Amino acid sequence: MEHVAIADQVDELHDPDTFITKYVWSQDHKVIAIQYSLTAIFVGLVALVLSGLMRLQLGFPDSFDFIDPGSYLQFVTMHGMIMVIYLLTALFLGGFGNYMIPLMIGARDMVFPYLNMMSFWFYLLSVIILLSSFFAPGGPTGAGWTLYPPQAILQGTPGYDWGIILMLVSLAVFIIAFTMGGLNYVTTVLQARTRGMTLMRMPLTIWGIFTATILGLLAFPALLVSAIMMLLDKLLGTSFFMPAIVSLGESMDYTGGSPVLFQHLFWFFGHPEVYIVALPAFGLVSDVLATHARKNIFGYRMMVWAIVAIGGLSFVVWAHHMYVSGMNPYFGFFFATTTLIIAIPTAIKVYNWVLTLWHGNIHLTVPMLFAIGFIFTFTHGGLTGLFLGNVVIDLPLSDTYFVVAHFHMVMGVSPIMVLFAALYHWYPLITGRMLNVKLGQAHFWFTFLGTYAIYLPMHYLGFLGVPRRYFATGDTSFIPESAQTLNAGITVSALIVGAAQLIFLYNAFYSFRKGEKAGHNPWQATSLEWQTPDVPPRHGNWGEKLPVVYRWAYDYSVPGTKEDFVPQTVPPEEVPMSAGDTVGDNV
Amino acid sequence: MNPFKTLGEKPWLAQPAGIEHSARDGLATAQSAARIALRFILAIVTVIFFLFILTFLSRSQYPDFQALAGQPWQPFTDPSRLWFNTGLLALSSLAIQFGVYAARREQLNNAIAGISSAVFFALMFLLAQLSLWQHLQSLGFYINTNPANSYFYLLTAIHGLHLLGGLLVLTNVVFRVWYDGALDRLSGPLQLCATYWHYLLGIWLVLFALLTSRPETINALAAMCGF
Ligand code: HEM
Ligand SMILES: [Cu+2]
Repeated sequence: MEHVAIADQVDELHDPDTFITKYVWSQDHKVIAIQYSLTAIFVGLVALVLSGLMRLQLGFPDSFDFIDPGSYLQFVTMHGMIMVIYLLTALFLGGFGNYMIPLMIGARDMVFPYLNMMSFWFYLLSVIILLSSFFAPGGPTGAGWTLYPPQAILQGTPGYDWGIILMLVSLAVFIIAFTMGGLNYVTTVLQARTRGMTLMRMPLTIWGIFTATILGLLAFPALLVSAIMMLLDKLLGTSFFMPAIVSLGESMDYTGGSPVLFQHLFWFFGHPEVYIVALPAFGLVSDVLATHARKNIFGYRMMVWAIVAIGGLSFVVWAHHMYVSGMNPYFGFFFATTTLIIAIPTAIKVYNWVLTLWHGNIHLTVPMLFAIGFIFTFTHGGLTGLFLGNVVIDLPLSDTYFVVAHFHMVMGVSPIMVLFAALYHWYPLITGRMLNVKLGQAHFWFTFLGTYAIYLPMHYLGFLGVPRRYFATGDTSFIPESAQTLNAGITVSALIVGAAQLIFLYNAFYSFRKGEKAGHNPWQATSLEWQTPDVPPRHGNWGEKLPVVYRWAYDYSVPGTKEDFVPQTVPPEEVPMSAGDTVGDNV
Repeated sequence: MNPFKTLGEKPWLAQPAGIEHSARDGLATAQSAARIALRFILAIVTVIFFLFILTFLSRSQYPDFQALAGQPWQPFTDPSRLWFNTGLLALSSLAIQFGVYAARREQLNNAIAGISSAVFFALMFLLAQLSLWQHLQSLGFYINTNPANSYFYLLTAIHGLHLLGGLLVLTNVVFRVWYDGALDRLSGPLQLCATYWHYLLGIWLVLFALLTSRPETINALAAMCGF
């Protein structure tokens, strides 16, 4: 009894039979993935509305009574935090990680299904705690998503009492949820691959998610540590981060703590966090590009190396967010160097995506449109990052709209582009139906052109010196009148882009019932998740027998073969050859 | 598995025969999966305490920091109470290890005895830590009077929570094995619990050393880290 392989444990296979065990209290990775995704998309929509409110104030100042300087800061903070953590991290890892890992590596489920289920419920709890701060006395915190002390917990910052406490507790719960899920993802990848699925045969999606999860497991503790210490500063009057300070004319009991220490901890988490979001996106987009260009991904090994290298390097660049913090000036040199080095593997990836398209048989499907859109937005945001990485350029641009434009292009718009590429690509697998193409195209063009209309002008505002996180700039000598006109234009674009997302929601709901039936493998993809006996895959994924893998995930347009793709499950001797007979050595 | 060799594979070439059926793939056991997960857990725990300790060293270089040992009036200049607590935790570790040996030889009574005394000593350790808190408070060393005090309460609390988490998992392991009636399957999971126990003991020893360090030692450590 002692050495039963997980895959052969039949008791895990009993189908859940009640509605509750099937859809609510479920241990099936696919259900958990959908629960994660729907929750994440829901909070994401809250964050989207908040950004609309901010834009209204910036575009048309003083026209809306319900936005005052305090609530503006609260919107900024909640928008940023929700987007980065509760939407993107949760959706890429909790959503796509959960759905894709077992299916793409040929497993029946995660190795710890119960833990996986608890991961979702803790995530939901963290979301509820976070949203409850909207109803707490004083409202949510307005400290900025970076939560810098001392201001985060001092009077004068909105939500300095309940808001910040709820935020920190919610983050702690989120980290627990993530850790439970993350342990599952890495262990499943390492232990539950089916026969023949070597590490280097895994699709890049899995490499991205796997590496991002390791980053998350090692980086989130830094956020946890700083959240705990800040909570103690707030609740018990310790002085970990709080310096001796006079607040509203009263000197407080805090003694000489160090706010810069918090910033180091925060960014030791914060920079890897941007790659926790970016790496899964890199992986997903690689697979979408290869499938719809009918071509193997260019430089697969280099892509894997780049993912691993970026993952490692992302732990030694954090202080490029702190050039203006007053840290030791020699640090700037070190961190500028590492920052520029990390651009090398990143650039390699961009070249490889472009070279994958080169001479490919490009099908301009909706997922492909979004994937190509991603190459544009990501290149764009990556290039401004190179500038910001240099201390002398960053000093004047720090805390201006230039930075806002940079990180929105690179970690706002780009992952969202991938998200949509992935949703359009895998929706047929998840629901068994195709999304409407015309609506998808409309959604793409509004989103792609619209985001450029929003973020390109922001670079210019940054050059002018317009500061970020300001409710209004008032009269200054350096910001011309015309900046206001520009701001109004940005707001109009932002509202249009926001509204365009309704097209997607409508499409998703409509197609769920009425969409064209997808059938097996509508994109003619090679990877395992499309080779399940049922679409959508049922509990246990593979029916009686696990699949056996004979090749990597990128056998598209192999010369001499009859069709332009060879699924991973086809043994060499069974590959249909174009000459008629089946000959097996041309794998 | 050699990572460099793995990363050097060329998956687009036809693979040498046999790779399709390398025995490990897809055949992982629950035990080996749990072992991998434990390794990650230990890594995460290490990062957490590593970061706490780094901030401790950094914070120690600010003028208001007064180490808890070194002067006659400081509570840990005489660390005998801490030694006593350490003894309890060490006994707990010994007991659980004894339980593992017994479970491996399928001596059920001894295994149960080992586990119960491990739980007992772990709970005693937690109580003793709480009483140490009370002792410090009675001396006027409150959590917010000095950063060194703050760190003492913080680090002991976090360490205690980790131990509590371990106790929960251990209870779960025992009950699951009990209900399944598969007592021969006890030794594997118990071994993993024991590893975690020893690891927490190790961390406690590090914290002990740090919290009872004199200012000179702390300053030297901080200087080594560049603070
Ligand atoms: C070529 C690679 C990149 C370079 C060289 C780079 C560089 C920088 C620098 C120097 C800053 C600090 C600007 C300041 O605060 O003054 C920054 C900010 C930021 N970057 Fe990047 N970056 C790169 C890629 C990315 C990626 C891939 C993401 C996310 C997926 C990202 C997300 C962010 C975010 C969120 C911020 C703003 C943080 C804040 O609120 O202060 N960056 N980047
Ligand atoms: Cu960064």
